[in-house]
Amino acid sequence: MNPQPTTLDQNPKPAGTVAIAVENIVKRYGTFEAVKGVNFAVNDGEIFGLLGPNGAGKSTLIRMMTTLVPITSGRAIVAGFDVAKESDSVRRVIGVIPQALTSDPDLTLEENLSIYAKLYGVPRAERAKNIQEVLEAVDLVKWRDAQTKTLSGGMRRRLEIARGLVHNPHIFFLDEPTTGLDPVSRIAVWEMLDNLRKTRNLTMLLTTHYMEEADKLCDRIAIVDHGNLVALGTPIELKQNVPGANVVEVHFDRETEQWKSRLEGLEGVTSVQAESAGFYRVLTSSGSRTTMQLVELAASLGENITSLSVQNTSLDDVFVHYTGRQLRDEQVKAIFTMPPRPGAQP
Amino acid sequence: MNRMFAIFEREMRKFFRSPVLMIMSMMLPIVQLVILGNAYGGKIRNARVAIVDYDHGPQAVRIREACAAIAVNIGTFKTVDYSNEVQAREDVRTGKIDAALIIPVQYSRRVYAQDAPRIGLVVDNSDQFTSSSIQSELQSLVDSLNAPVIQPRIVKNIAVESVELYPYVSYMKFLLAGTISLAMYISVMIGGGMLYIDDKARGVHEGYLVTPITKLELVMGLNLAGAAKAVLAGISLTIIGSLIAGLNAIFNPIADLELLAMIVATSLAFNGMMFLMMVRVDDPLVPRAMFGVLNTLLFFPSGAVFPIIAFPKWLQAIAIIDPFTYCVHGFKAILLKDGGFVAIQYDLLFLFTFGIGTLLIATPLFKRTL
Ligand SMILES: Nc1ncnc2c1ncn2[C@@H]1O[C@H](COP(=O)(O)OP(=O)(O)OP(=O)(O)O)[C@@H](O)[C@H]1O
Ligand SMILES: [Mg+2]
Repeated sequence: MNPQPTTLDQNPKPAGTVAIAVENIVKRYGTFEAVKGVNFAVNDGEIFGLLGPNGAGKSTLIRMMTTLVPITSGRAIVAGFDVAKESDSVRRVIGVIPQALTSDPDLTLEENLSIYAKLYGVPRAERAKNIQEVLEAVDLVKWRDAQTKTLSGGMRRRLEIARGLVHNPHIFFLDEPTTGLDPVSRIAVWEMLDNLRKTRNLTMLLTTHYMEEADKLCDRIAIVDHGNLVALGTPIELKQNVPGANVVEVHFDRETEQWKSRLEGLEGVTSVQAESAGFYRVLTSSGSRTTMQLVELAASLGENITSLSVQNTSLDDVFVHYTGRQLRDEQVKAIFTMPPRPGAQP
Repeated sequence: MNRMFAIFEREMRKFFRSPVLMIMSMMLPIVQLVILGNAYGGKIRNARVAIVDYDHGPQAVRIREACAAIAVNIGTFKTVDYSNEVQAREDVRTGKIDAALIIPVQYSRRVYAQDAPRIGLVVDNSDQFTSSSIQSELQSLVDSLNAPVIQPRIVKNIAVESVELYPYVSYMKFLLAGTISLAMYISVMIGGGMLYIDDKARGVHEGYLVTPITKLELVMGLNLAGAAKAVLAGISLTIIGSLIAGLNAIFNPIADLELLAMIVATSLAFNGMMFLMMVRVDDPLVPRAMFGVLNTLLFFPSGAVFPIIAFPKWLQAIAIIDPFTYCVHGFKAILLKDGGFVAIQYDLLFLFTFGIGTLLIATPLFKRTL
């Protein structure tokens, strides 16, 4: 018995069919608002990224959409079903990879997958076939009889991905799928996810605090900060929204008070940020002209430039633009410390 | 239904994959059975009693002969000769000897003259158990010396003649029922309490909760597995413990069925109790902290180590609602008394009701969300 799918009165994003729609969604823990009224919609077949620092509310958002925590107010529609009212229908069509690695270390890969296939009610006849397929998809076939505790971190992540797919879901939620992986394994996971999306016709919603991941993997990105959605768009759109097309990074061998105002006076410059003593990040609409003037200025003042680089704006700049803060992956991880809470795992 | 068995399967696979839980839940009970069973054998042996003989008469010799007989036969104490009462008292004080028997000067003469003959006993009464054993042993020795050589024709003294219903029960046998229940308790405490909360904290439940499993399937799967683990611990300990304590009820198939019924009922009761206590707990420290307290609070008042009638009223009140009490009673009825099904029916009734009742209260308290 499948309830009739409900639709939102106004779809925020009418293009294509909407797989996930979130409307004014709020989560309150006591008096603390972890998610403060967020709206977005994810189209069918899209890879959608929630990007934000630790404690931004990414996991809380995913947990609300996947029926794990009650929604305080607002609505979430997944595959046409209202998450709060038709939780079971939602659970049947989604696959979820929690932030923590939760496959059983004592069991073999196959046993882990088989138990989840049963929990999802995959008919006996299809179980073996599904398990074989997902193991192939994540390239773990020859480890099927190994105990999970003997796998490396990257392989365990891939097992989690396989586990989330064992019942052929349409929509896949992944909470920080690459945290803790080395750069090589991370890229391997990106490729794997991109492939899965194509071969299995999946819609994916993932969270990350890696700029690069959001940039390379996601079709669209929502930047979340302090429980608010501060920006939404394709990586290119977001970068274009930042005034200035290039970033000039310059390192002077001597710090003086006037550098910031002098840099701001150069042609095309939209903002100047002091990174450390003598080190500045300059956003400009014209990288080449700004650089030339900068070199002339330094020469006329008799100052030395130790290094100079020109790049296109990155998501880092987008993030700074919208939140007023840096999101430097690992540094941020170290600065924010999370209070312990149930279900969370470092 | 299938989902419930998936949870059950996961738990049991884990259980059989690593024998740690099984070994841990049997180790403490077996050690306790062997150590306590032997330690509280109930009888003092080889205490050292000094004899200070100032009399050296024929009656003093009778006493010394009687003491020697005790040393050789039941062996409660052996004797050491001292020549000096002061030294003997000092040595009792320092613990070099356990008691001193003083036979005063003129003792034999007073016996013959029937002039209130007395012997002195110095004991270390800071150790009640040893001193009262020696005292009672010497009392009966003196009584028998007092008895007239020719029995009077009419016996005027009242005597109690006890009838022992069962073969002699050593303390270890007495303890076995408690030991079996303890093994099931520990299995439930670790398997149902600690592992459950650890899984919760590790996010394993988060994985379950995003699947379409219902609350009832999840609760039933977890509890069925918890009870099954306890049943295995109970069966193992019944067999091992019976062999150690030398009880042969396990070789009787009817008794085996009764034992199995008790094991299943107890496992359900313990598991229900544990689930009710843990259903809203998130902190992995809680079950660890509760382990010892619960063990003392429930195990000791149950009559497992000491008879319930020796307890004050408030402890007896705990015993009434304590599932351990019924478990211990039931196992004793089968293992020690071969009491048959009639002897355990109320225990089974209580344990099943308790197990199902706690589960009925706990299920609505279980949260289907994080
Ligand atoms: N059960 C809870 N009780 C109280 N506060 C909570 C609870 N769960 C989360 N929070 C708070 O909500 C905020 C958002 O947490 P959330 O886990 O969603 O962040 P996140 O973006 O996923 O961070 P991370 O990158 O560290 O995973 C945090 O400040 C957190 O402390
Ligand atoms: Mg998170």
